[in-house]
Amino acid sequence: MKHTTEEELFAYREGEMKGRETIAAHLQECGECRAELERMEEVFQALNAMPVPDPGQEYGTKVWRQIANRLPEERAGWWQGWLMPRRLMALGAAAALLALAFYAGRVSKPKPAPEEVADAGKIHERVLVVAVGEHLGKSEMILMELSNAQPAETGKKLINISTAQKRAEDLVEENRLYRQTALEGGDNAIASTLDELQRVLLDVANSPAELTLAQFESIQKRIAAQGILLKVRVVRQELRAEAAGKSAPAQNDSKPKARNKA
Amino acid sequence: MADAFAGYDAGGISDAAAVQRTLAGEREAYRVLVERHSAYVYRLAYRMTGNSHDAEEVVQEAFLRAYQKLQQFAGNANFGTWVYRIAANYAIDRLRQKKNEDARREGPPRAAEGESESDPLEKLKDTAPSPERLAGNAQLAKRMKEALDTLTPAERTAIVMRHWDGCGIEEIAAVLKSNSSAAKNTVFRAVQKLRQALKPFAEGRGAARAVGTES
Repeated sequence: MKHTTEEELFAYREGEMKGRETIAAHLQECGECRAELERMEEVFQALNAMPVPDPGQEYGTKVWRQIANRLPEERAGWWQGWLMPRRLMALGAAAALLALAFYAGRVSKPKPAPEEVADAGKIHERVLVVAVGEHLGKSEMILMELSNAQPAETGKKLINISTAQKRAEDLVEENRLYRQTALEGGDNAIASTLDELQRVLLDVANSPAELTLAQFESIQKRIAAQGILLKVRVVRQELRAEAAGKSAPAQNDSKPKARNKA
Repeated sequence: MADAFAGYDAGGISDAAAVQRTLAGEREAYRVLVERHSAYVYRLAYRMTGNSHDAEEVVQEAFLRAYQKLQQFAGNANFGTWVYRIAANYAIDRLRQKKNEDARREGPPRAAEGESESDPLEKLKDTAPSPERLAGNAQLAKRMKEALDTLTPAERTAIVMRHWDGCGIEEIAAVLKSNSSAAKNTVFRAVQKLRQALKPFAEGRGAARAVGTES
């Protein structure tokens, strides 16, 4: 009887399918080859006997301290994240609204009379105000759904937030753009609220799709701790009032400033 | 910068999210990835280098390189696997460099002086301790460590990745920059050498026969 070669035994141990049945049949009959396979197995057991020192629970923190100062300050290509398809769609939607605001400003100003320039500016701002208001409305919905959910009562071990997550993901990019616009327009109060909203939206968007009860409650606590829901509501109501006011021809220009004071 | 992760542990954010945030400019987000994967990368690095000092250097370098290359990281891949591969690549280069330096320092093989074998395995066999001395696990571990040192960098990488970390042949081939057939052979050669080195221990339990022979 021809014994199996070392290579064949190794391939058999590795799960190789070629000639597997023949080798298995041979091993059934041949004690010598079985013993050889056992000896090969001993090598792997000996490998397991080689200890690796435990680097300790804080090892990751230690590595971070060692490398943090050596990481480049600026990441080149930070914009790459914007090129993801979902983000491009969200970005496109927000950009379209901004373009509309710009266009509204342009078409409403065929002749550069000072009073008409002021009117065009108001239309421009109104479109923005409406767009940001809608954005805050959508954000508020997500925050409310998450805040009011009572997963503990359902008895489920894992809570699926994938729907809220997708919506939050879409809003993140819009939010970033509106925040930037608010900053450039000197609307610091809105920019600040959008900044806080950004963090919460990112938290939701970047969480695992299925959360344990503890993880879910942690998100709820973070939403509550920042009082973001209330801030979003207040700003949204102000914007709504402002939008309604701006539709009237004579409007007081001091509204954005009042928001900043708030 | 305010710590965006204050108040929750590294388990509260996925790897993909941490990568995304790092790419968006939040350097602190990378900390989550480092803290989460360091120990795993350390185990690979220790098994490949055989000592803590070198292993720690491999870990640091792997995470530095991963940070620099993060834009090349495909979002749908697993960050842990990716940084593991970077560490394996760096460790194998380091092992090769060290072997070359050692060879230069020691000069050419001294075959002319009557040593018939330049294979370090042979040297190991000559000084092989008796089975009695290998009775304890600590001794076996020490012997295995010595045996691993006799492997070439490619063989060592292949056996570490295959045996301890259960990597697929394709993955090993990618690190070794070879094809899967060659990678499979490299794993086999490593096993053969380790068996040879541990023969005195194995023979204590029954002499190995010449395999592939007629009985």
